[in-house]
Amino acid sequence: MVIESPLLAFLIVAFAVAGSMLVGAKLLRVRAKHSSPLKPTTYECGESPAGPAWVRFHARYYVVALFFVVFDIEAAFLFPWALVVREAGTAGLVAVFSFVAVLMVGWLWAVKKGALRWQ
Amino acid sequence: MNDIAAKLGMTGDQLEGLLAILVRNTVILIGVINVAAVMTLVERKVSAWMQYRHGPNRVGPWGLLQPLADGVKFIFKEVVIPYGANKPLYLLAPAMAAVPAMMTIAVIPFANDVVLFGKNWGPLAIADIDVGILYLLAIGSMSVYGVILAGWASNSKYSLLGGLRASAQMISYELSMILAILAVVALAGSINLKEIAALQASTGNPLDWFFFKQPLACFLLLVASFAETNRHPFDFAECEPELVAGFNTEYSAMKWAIFFIGEYSAMAVMSALSVVLFWGGWSVPFMPDAPWYLGFAAFLAKVSVYLFLFVWVRWTLPRFRFDQLMRIGWKVMLPLALLNLLATGAMLALFGPPGAP
Repeated sequence: MVIESPLLAFLIVAFAVAGSMLVGAKLLRVRAKHSSPLKPTTYECGESPAGPAWVRFHARYYVVALFFVVFDIEAAFLFPWALVVREAGTAGLVAVFSFVAVLMVGWLWAVKKGALRWQ
Repeated sequence: MNDIAAKLGMTGDQLEGLLAILVRNTVILIGVINVAAVMTLVERKVSAWMQYRHGPNRVGPWGLLQPLADGVKFIFKEVVIPYGANKPLYLLAPAMAAVPAMMTIAVIPFANDVVLFGKNWGPLAIADIDVGILYLLAIGSMSVYGVILAGWASNSKYSLLGGLRASAQMISYELSMILAILAVVALAGSINLKEIAALQASTGNPLDWFFFKQPLACFLLLVASFAETNRHPFDFAECEPELVAGFNTEYSAMKWAIFFIGEYSAMAVMSALSVVLFWGGWSVPFMPDAPWYLGFAAFLAKVSVYLFLFVWVRWTLPRFRFDQLMRIGWKVMLPLALLNLLATGAMLALFGPPGAP
C-alpha cells in the first residue's frame, strides 16, 4: 500500500513530524512553579480583556467570499481548456471567450456597484 | 538484501522500492525543515545587512548556530494556553497550518532521474503524479484553515482579526495565482510538474525557459505567492503595528515555531514551483545532458535566489493598506491574469505553438 501511494506515506510522515515536535515540546517543557491569574489572559495592550473575542463581525469579507466562489469555479472550467488549447482550436477559443465575457460583465457590474469598494 | 526481503515476505525489488521511498521522504522532509530553520537566520542576517548592523553573531561563527539555539529554546519553553481558548482547536491549528505546506513539497521534482549504484531510481520527487499542479493548489490552499482556526480558537481580538484578514487575502490572491499558472499549463499542455520542467530542460537553451514566453505570468505568480505566504508587502495576517502579531498573538514555544516552519516551508514550495514553471526546474544552462546532481544543484541555486528575493522584498517595500491589498487583488491582478491567459490561449489556438514546445 505504501509503495503504491507515496503521497499517503508522506502525509503520515508529515503529521508524525509535526505531532512529534508538539508532543516532544510538551514533555520537555519547563513548568512554572508559581502561577498568577493574569498570566493566561489574552493580550489586549496590558489591560484585562473586555469580553470574549467571539463576537459578531462585520461581513465585509462576505462579498469577497462570494466572488471567490464564482471565479474559482471559472478557474476549474478553464483548467481542462488550458490543457487541450491546441486541439480545441477556434471552437474552444470562442466558447471560452464567451464564457469569460459573461463572467466579466458580471464583474464589471459588481465593480460599478461598489461591491469591492471598502465601506 | 534478498534474504531480508524473503523474511519480510517481499521480493527484493519491493524492499528496494520501499527503502527508496523511505530515504527520499526522509531526506526531502528533513531538508525542507532545515531550509525553514536556516531561513530564520538568513532573514535576520539579510535584514541586518540591509539596515547596516551586525545581526545575530553570538552563537557560533557568524551566528550560524542561532537556529539551533532557537530550537532548544522553543522546546524547553513553558506552554501557556490562554484563558477561554478552545483548547483542542488551539492545539490543532499549528499542525493544520504546517502539514499542508510540507505536503505540497511532495510533487516538486527536484532533479531529473536519479542514477545511483548503477540503477535508475526515478526523478527526485516524493510522488511523480500526473495532476501535480492541481494537487499543489488544492493542498496548498488548505493551510488557510490552520490560520483561521488559530485566530478563532485563541479567543483574542487581535488573533481573530488576523485570521479573518488572512482568509480574505488568501482567497483573493489564489485566483490570480491559478490563472497565472494556467497560462504556463496552456503553453506546456501538461499539469505534470516533471513534464513541464523536462520541456524546458530538453535543449539546454535558457531561452526555452517559460519565463521568456510568460514574463507577466511569472511576475503575477511572484506577487500572488507573497500574498499566499502572508509575506511582506502583504503580511496583514500578522502585521506588527496593527495587530500585535495577528493570528499567532497567543501562541508561544513550539506551537509558534511550527507556524513559522509552515510559513517558511510554504515559501520554499512557492519558490520551487516558480522555478519549475518559469526557470526551467533542474535545467543547467547550455548543458542538456547534465547529470542529476548538477541539475539538483542548479535547482537549489535558483530556489535560493527566489528565497533571497522574498527576504529582500520584505525589507525594502512598505506594507500596503488592507483595502489597497484587496483592490490590487481584484481589480488589477485578476483581470491581468485572465487577459494573459486568454491572450496565450488565443495565440496557441490560432497560430500554433510559438517556438519549441
